[in-house]
Amino acid sequence: MWTWFHKLASPPHFYRIAGLTIPWFGWPALALILLGLYGGLVLAPMDYQQGEGFRIFYVHVPNAIMSMFVYSTMAIAAGIGLIWRMKLAHAVAAASAPLGAWFTFCALATGSLWGKPMWGTWWVWDARLTSELILLFLYLGYIALRSSIEDPQRADRASAVLALVGVINLPVIHYSVVWWNSLHQGSTMFNPGAMSIEMKWPALAMLLGFMLYYGAVLFERLRAEVIRRERNAAWLREELAR
Amino acid sequence: MHQTGLLAAGALLYARDLRLAFRRWEQVTQPVVFFLMVTTLFPLALSPDTAQLRQVAAGIVWVAALLSALLALEFMFRSDYEDGTLEQLVLSGQPLWWLSLVKAAAHWTVSGLPLVVTSPLVAASLAVPAGAQWTVVASLALGTGILSFLGAVGAGLTLGVRRGSVLLSLLVLPLTMPALIFGARAVDMAIMGDSPRGPLLLLAAMFILSLSLGPFATAASLKVSME
Repeated sequence: MWTWFHKLASPPHFYRIAGLTIPWFGWPALALILLGLYGGLVLAPMDYQQGEGFRIFYVHVPNAIMSMFVYSTMAIAAGIGLIWRMKLAHAVAAASAPLGAWFTFCALATGSLWGKPMWGTWWVWDARLTSELILLFLYLGYIALRSSIEDPQRADRASAVLALVGVINLPVIHYSVVWWNSLHQGSTMFNPGAMSIEMKWPALAMLLGFMLYYGAVLFERLRAEVIRRERNAAWLREELAR
Repeated sequence: MHQTGLLAAGALLYARDLRLAFRRWEQVTQPVVFFLMVTTLFPLALSPDTAQLRQVAAGIVWVAALLSALLALEFMFRSDYEDGTLEQLVLSGQPLWWLSLVKAAAHWTVSGLPLVVTSPLVAASLAVPAGAQWTVVASLALGTGILSFLGAVGAGLTLGVRRGSVLLSLLVLPLTMPALIFGARAVDMAIMGDSPRGPLLLLAAMFILSLSLGPFATAASLKVSME
């Protein structure tokens, strides 16, 4: 197990493995997202209260779930990187940050597009919106810290400390903004019976598609990072020449 | 070799930090002056009407205090980092989390405490009733404490970084938002005549969390910055 782990972490090995796995993530992601979009935008029945507007949900919810999923991935990777001094784990955290920030931004943007017809306003200071916004700030702080430290190893470890402090704070932030009365509807996704099956499966397909998309882009970014860090290595020249 | 005990080392470091701070008096007074000035801006910008000011007083006092404390945060490790004292502290053989805790406490004494002491004055000028003054003081004492212990992590991480002060605010402000929510809510409830017990207790819980975990994260961040 451990030898496998260390072997995976060696740059040449990882570069090859990642190159092989990207299509296995990328194509199913595309298929699932297209399927989910078709299911959500065309097949799913109209909501009797919200009309067609509820279909934004099919993009909004996967984005919101991904925004938190990516942050926890980032924090776990940062922890592994700090404890076992594994460069690859730091690279995973670094490559995840812009993706997570983008998921968060998309969740906020689609939420506000949905809010305008439903609540009559683009933005309300409701608990979930606010904690999502603070999550975006945490991502931006992480990216800002990384980009302002020149030495890559120091940047890795400094940003890892920040990611861990952030992840301890996330529940505190979440529960403190729940203090306000919430306009946001409760979670319907994992509440059995709240949604009919023909409304639900496209959302699940979209979520799975988003996860695979994250995996594909993450690996692509990691490969780019390996190339950047190992730009003078002999194995890379051979690999690229093939 | 004789090894200084934990408490003795902490007391020495605390006394040294206070002495240094009081020799550079303007560093202690500037955040307070900033605090007074910022809170003066609000009546000028909003309205001098006391009823209206009272409604927003809690938020103004808290936001102004947070920003003023943030101004001082940058200097927590800066001069020690530049003259090599920090390196000596890391090498001293004393546990770094303990030294971080002491330094954050000393920093709170010279930057947070003056804000807490002047806050009744500011609150009174914003028409906060006398009955709510204790809540202002208590909530700000906890809030500036949270900022010192949590902010120490950010101060450690941004050592030796170009334009560190803006970056520091970017890192620390989102982390202190929960404290702002509960602190301002406590003051607001006290102004309305309700008991501010609930939010104050939550604020105290956050203070204990940042006091107990913050120093370890600060120690890690200092080690990263000293490499």
